[in-house]
Amino acid sequence: MRVLMFGWEFPPHIAGGLGTACYGMTRGLARNDVGVTFVMPHASGDEDERFIRIVNASDVETVFGNVSEDSSDIVEKLSFIHIDSNMVPYLSPEDYVSYHDEFVKTGSRFWETGDIWSQRYTFSGKYGANLLEEVARYAIVAAQVAKNLEGQFDVIHAHDWLTYFAGIAAKRVSGKPLVVHMHATEFDRSGENINTRTYSIERAGMQAADRVIAVSNLTRKIVIERYGIPAHKVVTVHNAVRFAEKDLAVPERGVEDKVVTFLGRITFQKGPDYFVEAAAKVLKRVKNVRFVMAGSGDMMNHVIRRVARLGISDRFHFTGFLRGDNVQKMFQLSDVYVMPSVSEPFGISPLEAMRSNVPVIISKQSGVAEVLTYAVKVDYWDVDAMADAIYGLITYPALSKMFATKGLEEVTGLKWNNAAAKIKRVYEDAINENNQNTK
Amino acid sequence: MKTICLYFQVHQPWRLKTYRFFNIGNDHNYLDDLSNRAIMQKIARECYLPMNSLLLRLINENKGAFRISFSLTGTVVEQFKLYAPEVLESFKALVNTGCVELLAETYSHSLAALSSEEDFKEQVQLHTKMLKKEFGVKPKAFRNTELIYSDAIGAMAAEMGFKTILAEGAKHILGWKTPDYVYASAENQALRVLLRNYKLSDDIAFRFSNQSWDEYPLTANKYASWLAAAEGEVINLFMDYETFGEHQKAATGIFDFVKALPKEVLSNPELCFATVSETAEKYQPVSVLHCPHAMSWADEERDITAWLGNDLQNEAFGKLYSLRDKVKSLHNADYDYVWNFLQTSDHFYYMATKWLSDGDVHSYFNPYGSSYEAFINYMNVFSDFQIEVEKQITEKKKRKKNA
Repeated sequence: MRVLMFGWEFPPHIAGGLGTACYGMTRGLARNDVGVTFVMPHASGDEDERFIRIVNASDVETVFGNVSEDSSDIVEKLSFIHIDSNMVPYLSPEDYVSYHDEFVKTGSRFWETGDIWSQRYTFSGKYGANLLEEVARYAIVAAQVAKNLEGQFDVIHAHDWLTYFAGIAAKRVSGKPLVVHMHATEFDRSGENINTRTYSIERAGMQAADRVIAVSNLTRKIVIERYGIPAHKVVTVHNAVRFAEKDLAVPERGVEDKVVTFLGRITFQKGPDYFVEAAAKVLKRVKNVRFVMAGSGDMMNHVIRRVARLGISDRFHFTGFLRGDNVQKMFQLSDVYVMPSVSEPFGISPLEAMRSNVPVIISKQSGVAEVLTYAVKVDYWDVDAMADAIYGLITYPALSKMFATKGLEEVTGLKWNNAAAKIKRVYEDAINENNQNTK
Repeated sequence: MKTICLYFQVHQPWRLKTYRFFNIGNDHNYLDDLSNRAIMQKIARECYLPMNSLLLRLINENKGAFRISFSLTGTVVEQFKLYAPEVLESFKALVNTGCVELLAETYSHSLAALSSEEDFKEQVQLHTKMLKKEFGVKPKAFRNTELIYSDAIGAMAAEMGFKTILAEGAKHILGWKTPDYVYASAENQALRVLLRNYKLSDDIAFRFSNQSWDEYPLTANKYASWLAAAEGEVINLFMDYETFGEHQKAATGIFDFVKALPKEVLSNPELCFATVSETAEKYQPVSVLHCPHAMSWADEERDITAWLGNDLQNEAFGKLYSLRDKVKSLHNADYDYVWNFLQTSDHFYYMATKWLSDGDVHSYFNPYGSSYEAFINYMNVFSDFQIEVEKQITEKKKRKKNA
C-alpha cells in the first residue's frame, strides 16, 4: 500500500509538535509496510523557478541524525516532494497578510513574530498575497502532483487545514479516497472567536473526506459536535512518541532547588498565566523551588510583567525559545513538568518529559490526558489544584518517584508502530468503501 | 560679571553578558568582557584621550582663567585601570593643573539615593574614598546619579558635609524662575544648588550636529554671544563627557568648537569661567528651591521614570536592595564588587518601556533587543548572585560553629 501524504513540516525544520508527529507516523507506517510520498510546502527564498522538487529521503537531514542511518527500510518507503510555497504551520490569515506587507515594504525575507528569540522562516515574495490565495494555489499544484503520480498511490492523507484543499484536489483528479487528520481545530487555536474562513476550510475538508482521524476523543467530539461531521466517519488515533535513540549526557545541575518547568509556545492556548499564578501560590509556602518558562510567543511580555508584579522574578526564569538538544536538557533539569493547556488536541511534550523521568501535571482539557494514567490531571483554571499538585510532587519524594518510574513505563509503551497500524486500518476501510462505491 | 560653570559627567557601566537560565548556579562570571573592553577602548580613542589633551592645552594657554569640573564614577575608573590606564593618567594631569574640580557622586552611578539613606551614604563614601586614593582630593561638591535631586537627597548630601549640589533646571520646579542664579536647598539652606541650563547645555550636547536645526552650524562665536546675552549671574552647562567625540563625532567639528570657545568667552570682560564650588561660593543664593519629588536630567519628563517607571524596573530594584544586608554581612571584597556593578542605573534604564518622546535616546544606549530581554538577563544574573551569597552565609555560619 502507498499513501500520498500532504504535510507541512518535517524535521529538522519544525515549529511545533506536528513535524515530530509526521516523522514518527511515517516511520511507523513504513514498519507496517505502507510507503509514503510526503508532499510539503517549502519556501526556498532563492526564487527557484520550479514549483515542485522531489527529494530523496536520504537527503533529508533530521534532528535525530540522517534518516538513512540504520533505517534503510524507511528510505525505500519514503520519498519527499517539496512544493515552493510560503505556507508554514501555526499561521493565521491575519499573520500572513502582515508578513506579506512587511515583505512588500522592506523586502524582508524572514517571518518573525516580534517577540524575543522567536523562530524565523524564509519568505518568498513570489507567492500569493494572502494565505487563502496561497492555500488555493497550493491545491492546484497538488492536483498536478497527483496527476503525475497516477497509479502510484492508493490513498491520500492530508494534515491540518492548510493542506485540505490540496487533499480534495488530489482526490478529484485521482479518484482515490481521502483521509484528513485533525491535529488541532480552529476552536483550539482561537477559543470561541474563531476565524470563520479557516473553520469553513476545515469543515469542507472533513466533509469531502472518506475518513477523518482525530488525535484524541476530545478532538473527535469537537469534530462531530461543532463541525457536524457524521460520527461513523471520525476515528480517534492517539499520537505516540518516538524518542531519540541516544540519550544526552545528563547536564550539570546548577541549582539545588527543585525545578518546575513549562515548555511550549507562550500563547493563550497553552495557559501560561495559570502556571504563573500557581507558581506564586507555591512560592508562598516553599522557598526551595524555581519555576522555568521555556518558549516564546505572543503572551510572553504579558507573562513577564505579571511575574514582576507578583514579585517572584528571582525564582521564575525565562529561557526563550529552545532548540535541539536544549529541549531535552531542560527536561533533564526539571523535577516537575506542567502543561496547563486551555485546549490541547493532543500535547506531545508531557510524554517527552516522562521519558526523562520527570513527573507531569497536565490539564484535563488535553487529549494526552486520555492515554496517560500516571500523570496528575487538573482543570487548567484550577490554580489551587495545580499549586497543590506541584507542592506534593516537590515535597514528597515517594510520590514523585512513583510517577517518574511508572510514567516512564507507560510512555515507553506508546509506540508509533501501534498508532500507525490503526492508521493503516483506517486507510483500508476508506479504500474498501471507495471501491464499493465506484463498482 | 557672569560665571560660566562647565561640568562633565564621565561614566561607563559594566555591561552584563547574555546570561541564560542554564548558567544559573554554574557560571559566576557575569560581565561581557569583550564588549566592555572594546567600548572603553573605542571611547578612549575617540573621546577621552583627544578631549583630555585638548582641555589640558586650553588650561595651560589661558593661565588659570579656563576652569572646569568633572565627576568620574567608580565603575569608569575601574575600567580605565583595566583597559585604558593612559586615560586615568591624563585625568590626573588635568586635576594637577589646579583648574579642575572633581565632584563626589555615587560609586556605581547607582540609584541608591532612591533606596535608603544607608545605601546612599555607603555609595558616596565609597566614591569619596576612590577620589582620595586615585587623585588625592577631597570633594566639596556633590552631584547625584543622572542629576537625580529632591529636598531629601539634598539634606542627605548636606549632612555628609557637601556645600554644593547639582540639579536639573527643570521647568516644573522652576516655573517662571531662571536656572541662572545660585539657589539654596529647601531642607538644609546651607546647601547651595546649581541648576543646569538645559537649553544652552543641550545646544552643544544634542543639537550641535543637527543640520535641520535653524541655528546650524553652531560656532564658538555665536555660542559666546548667547552666553553674553543670557540674564542672571551663572550659566551652568552640564553634560555627558562622551558628548565630545562620541555622541558628536570628531567630524562634526566639535573639537574645533571646544578649542575656540575659551578665547571667545574670555574676550568678553563680562564673562568668566569657574568650577562648581567656586561658582557656588561666589554668589548669594537668590531663593530657596523646593523640590519635594525626585527629578533628574533625563527625558522630556525630567523625572525618575526612565529607571523606576514600570513593574519590571520596580521589581528588579526591590529585589536588588533587599539583598543588601546579606551582602554587607559577608565583608568580602569579591561580593562587594559584584554588588556594586549590579547597582548601576544603566541596567534599569535598559528595562524602560517608555518609547514615545525619548525612545531614540533610550535605544541608542541599549544593548538589548527589548526591555523584557534586559529584565530577564538581569534577573538571571541576580538569581545566581543571590544563590552565591546565601551559600557563603551558610558556610560562614558553619565555620563559626566549628571554631
